[in-house]
Amino acid sequence: MQQIQLPKIGTVAAWRSHVRRLAAAGTPADHVLWQVGTEGTDLFTEAAPAPAQPPSARPSAPLTLSRDALVAIETALCHSDPQRFARAYALVLRLWQGEIRWGDRSDPALRRLLEQEKAVRRDIHKMHAFVRFREVSPPGAARRAFAAWFEPDHPIVEAATPFFAKRFGDMDWVIATPTLTARFEDGALTFQETADRAPPPDDTTEALWCTYFSSIFNPARLMVSAMTSEMPRKYWKNLPEAALIPDLIRTAPTRAKAMQDAMPTIASDHVARLRPQRPALAADIGLADLKPALDACRRCPIGACATQGVAGEGPRGAALMIVGEQPGDSEDLAGRPLVGPAGQVFDRCARSAGLDRSLCYITNAVKHFKFTPRGKKRLHQRPNQGEVSACKWWLDLERREVAPKLLVALGATAAGALTGSDGHLLARRGTVETTAEGQPVLITLHPSYILRLPDPVARARAEDFLVQDLRRARELIAHPPDAQEHPTAR
Amino acid sequence: MAQKTLQQKLAILADAAKYDASCASSGGEKRNSRDGKGLGSSGGSGICHAYAPDGRCISLLKILMTNFCIYDCVYCVNRVSSHVQRARFTVDEVVQLTVEFYRRNYIEGLFLSSGIIRSPDDTMADMVRIAQTLRERENFRGYIHLKTIPDAAPELIEAAGKWADRLSINVELPTEQALTTLAPEKSAQTIRRAMADVRSRREASQDVSLRGKRPTRFAPAGQSTQMIVGADSATDGQILGTASQLYGSYKLGRVYYSAFSPIPDSSRLLPLIRPPLMREHRLYQADWMMRFYGFSHDEIAPKSGMLDLAIDPKLAWALANRQHFPVDVNTAPKEMLLRVPGFGPRSVQRMLTARKHRTLRYEDLVPLGCVLRSARPFISLPGWSPRGMVDDVNLRARFAPPPEQLSLF
Repeated sequence: MQQIQLPKIGTVAAWRSHVRRLAAAGTPADHVLWQVGTEGTDLFTEAAPAPAQPPSARPSAPLTLSRDALVAIETALCHSDPQRFARAYALVLRLWQGEIRWGDRSDPALRRLLEQEKAVRRDIHKMHAFVRFREVSPPGAARRAFAAWFEPDHPIVEAATPFFAKRFGDMDWVIATPTLTARFEDGALTFQETADRAPPPDDTTEALWCTYFSSIFNPARLMVSAMTSEMPRKYWKNLPEAALIPDLIRTAPTRAKAMQDAMPTIASDHVARLRPQRPALAADIGLADLKPALDACRRCPIGACATQGVAGEGPRGAALMIVGEQPGDSEDLAGRPLVGPAGQVFDRCARSAGLDRSLCYITNAVKHFKFTPRGKKRLHQRPNQGEVSACKWWLDLERREVAPKLLVALGATAAGALTGSDGHLLARRGTVETTAEGQPVLITLHPSYILRLPDPVARARAEDFLVQDLRRARELIAHPPDAQEHPTAR
Repeated sequence: MAQKTLQQKLAILADAAKYDASCASSGGEKRNSRDGKGLGSSGGSGICHAYAPDGRCISLLKILMTNFCIYDCVYCVNRVSSHVQRARFTVDEVVQLTVEFYRRNYIEGLFLSSGIIRSPDDTMADMVRIAQTLRERENFRGYIHLKTIPDAAPELIEAAGKWADRLSINVELPTEQALTTLAPEKSAQTIRRAMADVRSRREASQDVSLRGKRPTRFAPAGQSTQMIVGADSATDGQILGTASQLYGSYKLGRVYYSAFSPIPDSSRLLPLIRPPLMREHRLYQADWMMRFYGFSHDEIAPKSGMLDLAIDPKLAWALANRQHFPVDVNTAPKEMLLRVPGFGPRSVQRMLTARKHRTLRYEDLVPLGCVLRSARPFISLPGWSPRGMVDDVNLRARFAPPPEQLSLF
């Protein structure tokens, strides 16, 4: 039977080096007696009968553990359970010998270790939360100094205090606990056994903190169990604000009732003067004030879900008006038409076709983005006939105001909105149809159709079609066709 | 009028801020002050430093810069027509309070909101100045959450995102119509546009250029929002629909639901009620189902539009969709395991890992962290068969609290 005495400071690191040595020597778990400082020895291990000769069979592989395993075991070693070192050593041996798989919770020993690890992590978390510093700066010191007294459930001081060193790097502090004291001075963190058990002196800021604590409490939603489950009573004695809790609980029902019983008051006269007025919408809408009017449009339900209405963009009197389907995710955020992925395809094709985007008026058949939310994404939904016709009013207004020589319909929705016919798009593309008023409409593909094609060859061909059609549009506005050629000029 | 002391101002302006539910201080940029040149750290999981008797955590110093306000939102304690006491912090006062509270480990950082004074731009500029002073003069590396004002100028939003970890804009009410009635100065459209703007800026700040240069930081911990529950007639279905739209559209980190709670000096237009706390709780559970369990918003709320207050929404969904059960724990896909009541994302992950090595048995489930009381009727695996349980007409009664005799007096 080997007896191993671990130091009170640096316990876990010492255990680790002992384990390495013991495992290499093939010492079985029940041959070791672990002890921290002078605290009582591990009684249960002592009682176990010791075999005469330690078995020497051990795996040939070097002793390595996964990072997860090592972190969890070292955390669990901060538990107050006196048998933790023996149990952890036994577990390490079994892991090494491949008897159990790390993470297999059906093994009772591993499960107990993971439960203890969880308890330690919670204790560390609560220490991070509930330490309360009081200022103890000596006059004229360059660094401010603070001190705290805290009583954790487990011996976690060494594991929990590096957090404070990272957080309070520019001040000196001391956290004393019933066992160890952590001291942070000029950037160096050291540990000693606690000598001074006196609480730190009073701090005037605590009065402000207590004021905050009682003011942020809403008496109308009293839920004491929700508080005590997260801030158990055992921590209260070292929390300055906890002294207020009984009174806050006692007066809460009357305070809440008083609020409900009080009669509503009449506002004073100056209120109307203070309240800002929103500008009213223009009655007669033109291109210039199209955007606010579109934002407010609720002719169909999709307007209430989208971020904003997306008005057309481009010069009044542009010869070419490009009409897409509806704003997509990017357009909805930016408030501009054809700027997302499909817009980039369009820009590329327009450049190849020698078309200057800034000279065209670009808009959509539907002015709001229609979508269904899917987790953190929005899935584009095709607008239905009702929504397209509700939005036609805006499209017609844009057509009237811009008065282009030629309209280009990108995709079926735009073609349908402009011509009123919804025939098969691929059969119609490249042809010139007319609106009800006789304006010529060139039908072509929508760039997002191109984006959706999975086959790169088909995609290249479709992109080529779009370029051809845009080139055709450019020619049509430069050299308007003769009356005979134009089917509607009769 | 006598000047108010810092303590009086703190009492007024903390009181005015308590109706904002947001409290998160997690995520975002990893920072610390181990170099000794600053104060504070952030990143990783947030810490709740105290709990008030209302069960809400106190993680951030949650205050208003001022509770003077020119808006008249009827649900709000600070509306222009209310007779509450008014106060205003100076920039230095907020900075000092934050730093001194932080040094004593009372808080994780600052959550600053404000009533609208003079104009949205003036108010936002003051708030940005506070965040900037904390960061630049005090070298503060803790968490800052700024409530942005939807109508503020883009430069101010840009600056707010530079200094703060999280920005938030409250949608306040689930429907546009309710907002128009109860908060006449606010516009749902403007609020949505402000959120879109924050999302676009955040995405732009995450793009690394071809030369590996990072653009200036912008709200690394994202944005969140809050909806008041119970002040208007919106159903839970509508509320979840709006929340799901907001998550999808603006990549929100969180949507907070805040039960409409009595305020001092109420408005005639909105009678005070007891806050619907259970409803709020069920909405949070439903929100979790959307975010972590793969449910879509229209699956969760029943036809009536209101969630069952007696049992949790996941159990309610399972009871209403029994055709999918029992689920074979050893073969079911992850998506289906997540829909079993009593199974959470973590226990499901453990099951999937364990399944690679062996067949799971009934006795294994408790060690994996499952709640068998809820799961039992909906699963089958070696060692357990629910037999007729899943089709039992009285299944709901096993879970719902027993009926209670109403008080006769």
